[in-house]
This record gives sequence, C-alpha cells and structure tokens, in this order.
Amino acid sequence: MLSIKNINKTYHSEEGDEVLALSDINLEMKDKEFVCFIGPSGCGKTTLLRIIAGLEKPDSGAITIHGEHIKGPGLDRGMVFQEYSLFPWRTVLNNITFSLEMKKVPKVQREDIARRHLELVGLSKFADSYPHELSGGMKQRVAIARAVVNDPKVLLMDEPFGAVDAQTRNRLQQELLNIWERDKKTLLFITHSVDEAVYLADRVVVFTSRPGRIKEIFKIDLPRPRDRTSIDANRYRESLLSSLGAEIKNVND
Amino acid sequence: MDIGQGLRKRTIELTSIATAIVIWEIAARIIDIKYILPSFTSVASAFIGLVQEGELYRDILTSLNYFVIGIGLAILVGIPIGTLMGWFKSIDRAVDPIIEMIRPIPPLAWITFAILWFGLNKYAAGFVIFIGAVFPIIINTYTGFKNTPRVLVESGNVLGCVRNIDIIYRIALPSALPSIATGIRVGMGVGWMCVVAAELFGVSTYGLGWKIWHWNDLHHMDMVLTYMFVLGMIALMIDRLFRHLVQEWWLKWQSGVVV
Ligand SMILES: Nc1ncnc2c1ncn2[C@@H]1O[C@H](COP(=O)(O)OP(=O)(O)O)[C@@H](O)[C@H]1O
Ligand SMILES: [Mg+2]
Repeated sequence: MLSIKNINKTYHSEEGDEVLALSDINLEMKDKEFVCFIGPSGCGKTTLLRIIAGLEKPDSGAITIHGEHIKGPGLDRGMVFQEYSLFPWRTVLNNITFSLEMKKVPKVQREDIARRHLELVGLSKFADSYPHELSGGMKQRVAIARAVVNDPKVLLMDEPFGAVDAQTRNRLQQELLNIWERDKKTLLFITHSVDEAVYLADRVVVFTSRPGRIKEIFKIDLPRPRDRTSIDANRYRESLLSSLGAEIKNVND
Repeated sequence: MDIGQGLRKRTIELTSIATAIVIWEIAARIIDIKYILPSFTSVASAFIGLVQEGELYRDILTSLNYFVIGIGLAILVGIPIGTLMGWFKSIDRAVDPIIEMIRPIPPLAWITFAILWFGLNKYAAGFVIFIGAVFPIIINTYTGFKNTPRVLVESGNVLGCVRNIDIIYRIALPSALPSIATGIRVGMGVGWMCVVAAELFGVSTYGLGWKIWHWNDLHHMDMVLTYMFVLGMIALMIDRLFRHLVQEWWLKWQSGVVV
C-alpha cells in the first residue's frame, strides 16, 4: 500500500516569490491499483510524482510504501519522465541494463533480462540501435522497459504519451495495460487526457488549480478489457470533463 | 568511387587552387627576387628534395613529439580539473579565480620559465604547448558537465545511480563527451601554433618551427615557405584524423556530430 499523507510543498523562486505547489495532499493507493492524476497544468501533479519518486522533498508530510518512509530515490519505484530521458550514448539494450549494472548483475544475465523486457514492448529488433534512431513512441517504450526491468512495486509515469500521435498513443496504452496486468504493479499515471484516464485507470484523481489540492476522486467501474466507445465510458468522460472544466475556468479567470 | 568522377565534382575547387598557383608563379617571376617571394616551382622542388633526403620526416617527428607531450599532459590535467569544477560548485568557486588569472597570459610568455624549470629540452617545448592547450580543454569539459541534462541525472537516480562518483562516471561524463571533444580539438589547434614558437628557442636542431628560423637565417625563403606549408598540412591532418576518430568511434551515438 502506498500512502500519501499531509503533503505540502512550496517553491521559492530566486526573486523571493513563493509558489505553493501542493497543499495538504492525502491519498491512499492499494497495491496493484492503477491511478491517474488529472488537473490543470501547473497544479502540482509532476511535483507530487517527483516527491513520491524521492527526487524532491516535501515541506511537510510523508510518503510510505508498506509502512516504510521514502527518503530518496529507490529501485522499489520506477519512473518514466514526460521528456525523453534515454541515455543517448547507450544502445537501447544498454539503456535497459543500466539499473542492473548498478546492482552488479553479471553481463550475460542482465542482457538476458533486458532482452526479455525489450520483447515485452515489441522492440527486439532495435536492441543495438541508439536512441536518436528511434521515434518518440519507441523511445517511451524503451523508457518503460527500462523502468520495469527491476520489477519495481510502484511505477510512476508523468504524461509519458503526451508527445506521441493518437494512433501510437492507443497502442502504447494497450501495451502498458498488458505490462500492468502481467506484473500487477501499483501504477501512478499523470495525463491531461480524459479519454486516457477513463481507458486506463481504476481511479482518477482530479486536482484543483494552484495550489494543487485533490478536488475529487472518480472510481472507474468499467470491466476490462475496456471499450473506449461504450456509453458508460462516455458518462465517465463527461463527469470528469465537467469537474475539470470548472478548474480550468478558475485558471483562466 | 572512381577518382576521375570525384575530381570532376570538385571542378570549382580545383580550378580555384590552380588559379592561385598560377598567379603566385607569375607574381614571383615578375617580382623576380627570390628573397621576397620564392616561386611555386622553387618551393615545390625544395619540398621534393626534403622528402627525398628524409630530413622532413625527422622534423615532423620532432615537432609531433613536443605536440604529443603537451597535448597529452593538457588532456590528463584539463579533463579532471574541468570535471571537478563542473560538478562541484565549491571547487568551481575556489579554482575559477586562479584559472582566470593565469588564462589570459599568452602561452609564449611562459617560455623563459619553461626553460628554467625543465632545461632546454622537449619538455620545455611540451610545457608551452600544454599551457596553450589546457585552458580550452578545461573550459569545454566544465561546460559539458554543467550542461548535463537534469532529466538524465534524475533518470540515473531512480535507476539506482545515486553516488556522486557513479553519476559523474556513468552519466555526466558521457553526456559531456561531445563538449570535451570540442575542447581537445580547439586545444590541439592552439597547441600546434605554440609548437613553432616553442621551437624558436632551440630546444633541438630539428623540428618544423626551428627549421623556419634556420632557413630564414640562411635566406632560403623557398625552404621557409615549404616548412610553413608542411606546418599547415600537418595541422589539417591532425584535425581531420581527430574528427574521424570522434565520429566513427568515440561519439558514434550522436546523430549529427558538431565538434
Ligand atoms: N523547481 C521549481 N522551482 C520553482 N517553481 C516550480 C519548480 N517546479 C515546479 N514549480 C512550480 O510549481 C507549480 C507546479 O508545477 P508542476 O508540478 O510541474 O505542475 P503540473 O505537473 O501539474 O503541470 C507550477 O506553478 C510550477 O511553476
Ligand atoms: Mg507536469
């Protein structure tokens, strides 16, 4: 169980301005749950994910996984960033083996493991390619394989498919669901697409505009595999949109 | 590719060079004072003579020897200093003022001390070349480290790479390599210029730079020009070779290399 308790975070700019990014965030996630974060941009979603990843310290509050406090980055949590984050000097295969190298897994063994994960995202043919030879969607697939190669309990994803075209995006969502269903990880996924949230998530957390607070949590009670075009899915999308719409209006006012 | 076809593609370039040579030759004949402007033909025959005697090779090897000592030392010293300054803010603040004080001193101003410290030998020449080459290497290494993309460092962090030494070696250093390569290339350019000056002081009776002065004293200006051209050609070859190594082997992972 992942538990987020009383998280507050303020950024201080160099001019001395303060930005209250997150205000009193509380959330509990069950193991193997798929949760999507959605909210107006600048509301602190990335900040919260970075705090969970251990890349950022909250001003107050605590994150625990199975009762254990998070103090910094760790291999129990994998992360896929919004921007492309593959190491450009490493081949696809060696990007995936990176964390295994850090754990001192022998070369033959780690390449074996990496190849299996590369197959999982359908890129076996590109093992020896360099990142600059891949399309955006392929890069994010490799980033996913790299993040799950250690079998982390929690996978954190920050708008990973934001920059890929709609068709590729649908395929990537399907592949992600396959991985999630196979390995049953706790998955935290930031998106700005209502459609994506309804297709993927068990629960969708809607954030208010700055300072980020949790506004509403929707439980998506749709059977899997899901049908994007079903009437129920549409209903969820509409209620999510209206909840979000109020927030986006707040930002513009 | 067939050579004839390659030459045909370069018609404009070849015509340009040929024209320059013809103008040079005509000008030399009009002026008709060998000391002021030796003709192309006399330079060409001087060059052929030098190649046949084998003296040129010895000069080239001598100069390259100084060059390798200077550049090798500059790489060995420059990359670690640039790395530490680029990664640790306090080291940057401590070392930067010292570097900024020494850097503006022209390398040739060091010659007296170089001879005093090392004696009249190849190490003195190497030291002057080192001074010329080390600052571009430090500065470009520094810049490369400073510009390590944050997302790559953080990707490393979440993948279990958290100790400074690991982050430097596995993430910042490879990320800085293109910039370091640029630094070495610039440093080699400056270092080669220092070769000529360093040799003036007679650390040896061979060497491309030394021979320029030697033949100048004897008023053999065709020889002087020959050595000037050889200096330029070697510089070009070093640069081409380095770029080739970088592109084909060192930084193969880059899309368009811009060193
Ligand atoms: N390192 C930082 N320094 C100062 N302000 C920041 C920093 N990171 C984020 N912020 C601010 O915090 C707020 C939340 O940012 P972020 O978490 O990236 O939002 P989101 O991901 O929801 O778009 C924004 O107003 C942003 O400008
Ligand atoms: Mg964000």
